[in-house]
Amino acid sequence: MIVLENVSKVFETKKGRVEAVKDVNLHVKKGEIHGVIGYSGAGKSTLIRCVNLLEKPTTGKVFINGEEITSLNSGKLAEKRKHIGMIFQGFNLLKTATVYDNIAIPLKLIGLNKTEVENRVKKYLDIVGLSEKVNSYPSQLSGGQKQRVAIARALSQEPEILLSDEATSALDPETTDSILDLLLKINIELGITILLITHEMNVIQKICDYVYVMENGDIVEQGSAIDLFTKPERETTKKFLNTIAQRKLSPSLINQLQGTGSVLRLTFVGESTGQPLLAAVSKQFDVSPNILTANIIELKNGIVGNIVIHLEGDQKHIRDSLQFLKEKGVGVEELEG
Amino acid sequence: MERYQQFTEQWLPIIGKAMIETFQMVGISLLFSVIIGIPLGILLVLTRPGQAMANKWIYQLLNLLINIIRSVPFIILLFFILPFTKLIVGTTIGVQGVIVPLVIYTAPYIARLMESSLLEVDSGVLEAYEAMGIPTRQIIWHVMLREARPSIILGLTIATVGLIGATAMAGLVGAGGLGDLAYRFGHLRYEVDVMYATVLILIILVQSIQSIGNRLSARLKKD
Repeated sequence: MIVLENVSKVFETKKGRVEAVKDVNLHVKKGEIHGVIGYSGAGKSTLIRCVNLLEKPTTGKVFINGEEITSLNSGKLAEKRKHIGMIFQGFNLLKTATVYDNIAIPLKLIGLNKTEVENRVKKYLDIVGLSEKVNSYPSQLSGGQKQRVAIARALSQEPEILLSDEATSALDPETTDSILDLLLKINIELGITILLITHEMNVIQKICDYVYVMENGDIVEQGSAIDLFTKPERETTKKFLNTIAQRKLSPSLINQLQGTGSVLRLTFVGESTGQPLLAAVSKQFDVSPNILTANIIELKNGIVGNIVIHLEGDQKHIRDSLQFLKEKGVGVEELEG
Repeated sequence: MERYQQFTEQWLPIIGKAMIETFQMVGISLLFSVIIGIPLGILLVLTRPGQAMANKWIYQLLNLLINIIRSVPFIILLFFILPFTKLIVGTTIGVQGVIVPLVIYTAPYIARLMESSLLEVDSGVLEAYEAMGIPTRQIIWHVMLREARPSIILGLTIATVGLIGATAMAGLVGAGGLGDLAYRFGHLRYEVDVMYATVLILIILVQSIQSIGNRLSARLKKD
């Protein structure tokens, strides 16, 4: 659906060249939600703006539905952009227009007739749950409501793709959740493919199928959300994971505990989450597990559990227990001080 | 009371005529200044570096031209462009003769005010419309100008008040008006009453224009 091929973007500034995006490849499949996560300045905003060519890539190609849009003239590009909705951190609504007009004006401008405009405004305000605010002005709405209007405006063009540029970053956690629920709903019910960028791991956790981690203009790690949550490789990815679930123990604590056994991180995915494996281990082998920290993360496509335990016992029994856990499909990682 | 009656009998027709002249001058030159100034302001914004039609040459040229005209005091401009005025309207005196310099004086001012109003419009909104595949032409009209309306109206109010001030000097080419009346009778002939009366009328006029402008702008502004 969306394919970026070796896309780079270089800005020439007075202070010199800034390579905001470096040779990025990505492929968003139809009907999926893909997320790009990174700290501010990582280039993710430039990257998403390259998808609808608000920012022209310096090199590389962008394909939408198999059609290369980087080579289109401005008229054809405008036509193509009608199938790509976009929402923003700052909502970008007309301050001087009512909720109705905010959705209706772009529809009129793309040439829909009056009844069609009315029908669409009604339909999409209904979907975002703001029908009763139709005559309000943006200044009378909360941040979450403004984003809902912006989403309704994007949806009313009936796009196949929705780009979300930090759409929840200006919202409080509760409102963020409700907007994420809405994005998930339009993804499932309307089948809209979504590419989003964010610096919040909970956004990735709640709605993304596939994740790209971006750093200094590069995509440094990518994979399905479950893979990334269970087997993060890069330091940046681990840091982001730490923001939603504490995964680290202090080295001094680990050193202290290692005197009497091993400190292990166990990762459970799918089936293994449902079994009382620790109880089985302590029964079957002569070891006693002590849980240090534990958390469970609900992803869009599954549940990931993390437990850090201190396994007390002699070396052989510990080795056997690890073997047993691995056979049951548990990810095992020994932590070093 | 008697003095008042005498005053009105003697001066009311003259003041009335002067008011009409002022209204004519302000109205007509405002109309032309807006017609020239607004597109000029839009052009200034669009040709700015980094904007939709970025063009360094046009932008710099416009900038320079506007700055030059805006540096010349109206009284000098009035005489300086006499040949041009003659060419355009066929005369250099009367209300007709003063319209051309007034327009040349006010249009660049309106262009500048327009430029700052348009630049206030949140560029994110323009971008959102660009992302929806809406042509620049329509974005200018339906987004930029629409969102800038409250600020444009305040700018036009300022320009109108400035224009009233400039018409006072129109007396020098025999165009009359309230300012001319206050100067000729009030100042030169020392008819203090006439001066006070015209100044009072001017104060009321400026005051009302400003209030109307403020109210209209507030009504359009929704935040």
